[in-house]
Amino acid sequence: MTGALLAIVSAVFFPGIILRVKSIASGRKGPGILQPWKNIILLFRKSSVFSTTTSFIFRLAPAVYLATICCALMLLPFPGMPSVLGFEGDFILFAYLLALGKLLFILGALDTGSSFEGMGANREALYSMLTEPAFFILLGTLSLLSGQFSMQSIFHNLQFAGEFSLITGGIAIYLLVQIAMIENSRMPVDDPRTHLELTMVHEVMILDYSGLDLALIQTATNLKFVLYGGLIANFLMPAVADWSTLASTWHVACDTWHVARDTWHLLDATLNVSIFLVVEAVFAAAIGLMESFRARKKLAKNPQFIVTLSSIALIGFILVLLLTRNLIR
Amino acid sequence: MEQYFIPAAVLCSFLILVIPGKVRFYYTLALILLITLVTAIPAALEFFSPLNVTYLRSEPGLTASLTSTNWVFKGYLGELRFTIDRLSSFFILVTNFTVLTGMLYSRGYLKAYENTKNPAQFALHYFSYVWLHLSMLAVLTLRDGLAFMIAWELMAVSSFMLILFEAEKRSTLKTAVNYLVQMHIGFVLLLFALLITEAGTGQMSFDALPAYFASHSNTGLFLLFFAGFAVKAGFIPFHTWLPEAHPAAPSHVSGVMSGVMIKMGIYGIFRVLISVQSDWYTIGLVLLAISALTGLLGILFSIVQKDIKKILAYSTIENIGIIGLGMGLGAIGLALHNTALTFLGFTGSLLHVLNHSLFKSLLFYGAGSVYRSTHTRNIEELGGLIHRMPRTAGLFLFGSVAICALPPLNGFVSEFLLYIGFFKGLSAGSEYLSILFLLTIITMTLIGGLAIFSFSRAFGISFLGTPRKEIHLQPETITRDMIFPQILIAFFILGIGLMPMAAIAPIANLVENQFHPGSAASLLSLTTAMNKISLFGLILISLVSCILYLRTRVLRQRTPAYGPTWGCGYTEGTPRQQYTGASFAGNISELAQPVLQNIEELRPIAADDIFPHKRSLHLRTIDIFSVALGKLTDLSWLVLKTLARLQTGNIRHYILYAFIFILVIFVLLYLKLI
Repeated sequence: MTGALLAIVSAVFFPGIILRVKSIASGRKGPGILQPWKNIILLFRKSSVFSTTTSFIFRLAPAVYLATICCALMLLPFPGMPSVLGFEGDFILFAYLLALGKLLFILGALDTGSSFEGMGANREALYSMLTEPAFFILLGTLSLLSGQFSMQSIFHNLQFAGEFSLITGGIAIYLLVQIAMIENSRMPVDDPRTHLELTMVHEVMILDYSGLDLALIQTATNLKFVLYGGLIANFLMPAVADWSTLASTWHVACDTWHVARDTWHLLDATLNVSIFLVVEAVFAAAIGLMESFRARKKLAKNPQFIVTLSSIALIGFILVLLLTRNLIR
Repeated sequence: MEQYFIPAAVLCSFLILVIPGKVRFYYTLALILLITLVTAIPAALEFFSPLNVTYLRSEPGLTASLTSTNWVFKGYLGELRFTIDRLSSFFILVTNFTVLTGMLYSRGYLKAYENTKNPAQFALHYFSYVWLHLSMLAVLTLRDGLAFMIAWELMAVSSFMLILFEAEKRSTLKTAVNYLVQMHIGFVLLLFALLITEAGTGQMSFDALPAYFASHSNTGLFLLFFAGFAVKAGFIPFHTWLPEAHPAAPSHVSGVMSGVMIKMGIYGIFRVLISVQSDWYTIGLVLLAISALTGLLGILFSIVQKDIKKILAYSTIENIGIIGLGMGLGAIGLALHNTALTFLGFTGSLLHVLNHSLFKSLLFYGAGSVYRSTHTRNIEELGGLIHRMPRTAGLFLFGSVAICALPPLNGFVSEFLLYIGFFKGLSAGSEYLSILFLLTIITMTLIGGLAIFSFSRAFGISFLGTPRKEIHLQPETITRDMIFPQILIAFFILGIGLMPMAAIAPIANLVENQFHPGSAASLLSLTTAMNKISLFGLILISLVSCILYLRTRVLRQRTPAYGPTWGCGYTEGTPRQQYTGASFAGNISELAQPVLQNIEELRPIAADDIFPHKRSLHLRTIDIFSVALGKLTDLSWLVLKTLARLQTGNIRHYILYAFIFILVIFVLLYLKLI
């Protein structure tokens, strides 16, 4: 649950950082860090306009979308804390919860009967279908490397996999960032600022949402971003936070100043929390930079790009297999 | 006492043919209830009984003594022995449930035919339905080869009669005959397999299989049995009858056929698999390869179909693939002596049999209701049905979520077992096995993603948006009779999704009993995972209801405005401008071009047309396997036509043939060649 709470905390500043970085990169001053949330709160207060074509699916979809992401957040591990809700194979539930949200979101878009939204729904279904293998190969690699099957213990045990985790680290972080961008319909595959419905993916699917429902969706989208940011942070924490030397120094310091050695746990937790928040902030800034200096791909090229991710993940898997099992003798 | 049950049931089934129309349905229902009761009680006792004896796998022939219920019926021609063991008890329970819901659903569904069909046709239909039920139960309980084959044949013939209900349509007739022919190819393969068993052991029976496998090579005979059963189960490339037969049959029959009848093929494969003694590795690899192909191609084909029942039929093939993946995983687990893999593979596979029988029959009944009230199965003509038939739409969505293996419903549980099994397999064997298992995981994720694609298309295009064609809808045709069995099924789907251990524990006992992996430890570690999954199911449901409640409360204080769907400033849009099934499937059929061959018949406007004539575009997708099969039959037809020249009709020629034959025999004998 610590992971979920921290992720929600970082969701407060996450969209603001992206926006601010983007505006600075384009030479503007930009709005305050909290402006995106102010907009969402404004939407929460507004009344809605519904299309007469829509049915209960349209009203159900945002609720399910938000609920699935909240459930997935609860699965987010945090190092050093006992995992209350994690279990063997929790990453499968993680992926399928997000898929449930996506299904309902797609149906919500189809419910309006608009050809634009049908187009967006279609693309969303295709991209998420193509992205899923990359995520599963990545987790297969990590579970092979660590010999564990729950996210908490996978990330925990990576610490002891030594230099191998550094090698996979690069691939894993690259993949997680790209998957996060695709899942959130951001730059290389989709541009949130595009003004032409024909080329939109995510934005076109929410064309008919307004007021409260739109606010729910935007909340969910922000949470989804920090969810992936949290995974990346988890990946980095054991790699960065190998505190054994620091711990022994602290213990020596404790003994000289006559302070209880238990304070180390407090320090350890504080360090982990700050790493988590810093990683989220850096992730947000990186997204802002990527979106400022990168053009979106042609729509027809998107499937190719997404499949490439799976092949990179596959290379990572075979690399790990080579290193850990001496495939070539 | 119980040995009189079978002749009594047979006699009672013939009464259907003479009973008056008004009570015929109730009489048939009572008969099916009676058959269900008589078979389900001993099956349930067997299935839910705790394990108290442990058997060693190494002793052949032990499977025969595991049985607890034996009914022996002595007739003039010898004795007929019906045996219920754990494996058959599981399938008996699944079969009885789906047959019962199908019967309940048929009442509302067949009502529309009362004016067009004569009572004899109804009588024959119900008669065949009861016989399908009886023959499936016989297949599940008979072990003797000859009796089994007779029951197998009865099953094929009775389902043939059921498909023929709308025999006035020429396509139905053709499909049914095609079905019957293909069933007999499977029949011949099974007959050969059983004859080989008899040649090896002197006994033509499934009980003799362990003895045969103990002394002979395992792979060959297993593959022969597999091919025979695969025709029934619908493994690619033996599936071509399935996507034709399911749409042609009335919907309650499609539900039963897809839900349980094709599972008789799965039962058969399991029945042989529990007797196999060695060669697990090869068998597992073959099962994995064929199943991965079946799953992936099945769902790909399903995406490009226009007929809503064909979408479901191809998705049945996909689910058979998933069931097969579980069997392959279990077999490889046995080869590696890996408890967890064996346990997870076989348990996941059997649980998916149960799950698929639930959600697929639910979906077929839903599709039947759509057909009943709109008279079309083409999703390109549908749309907006959710406003006219909200209950059916809700249940269809429920079934779609279950079949896409999404939490918190039952499909997720069985696929979870398989996923975790494959992930555990990554580090269980050689490096090549790791790569193989990773490829299987990729296949499963692709299948999952494509299933979401296919069912969002099936549901979205047919139920959402606005009607694409003016359809004279009769909403009153969807009666409570048709909704009730669907709600009953939905209840079980949710039940297994939220309390997975209730279903997994007895199935785990079954796997332990038949394959002896020693799975107590795996079961224990699975229990924690399953409890968390049901916890998450509850959290999800309560979160959704919480958000919806708050949303309704807030919106009640405001007055929402209503208007047309945002059309980019263009307000004169017509329903025909909506996204269609073909355009939704467009990008997938482009990506999978080599497999999904589209035929486009386009009549464009020519450049010199001053007064444009009517344009037309027809899209058809072809199943490449049907085409290949067609080429094969064409070839055999060619060969047979050449041979037919010998059949001159002239008696003197025939005498000449006989003379030549005798001469050849003489020469061969003289040369000591025979």
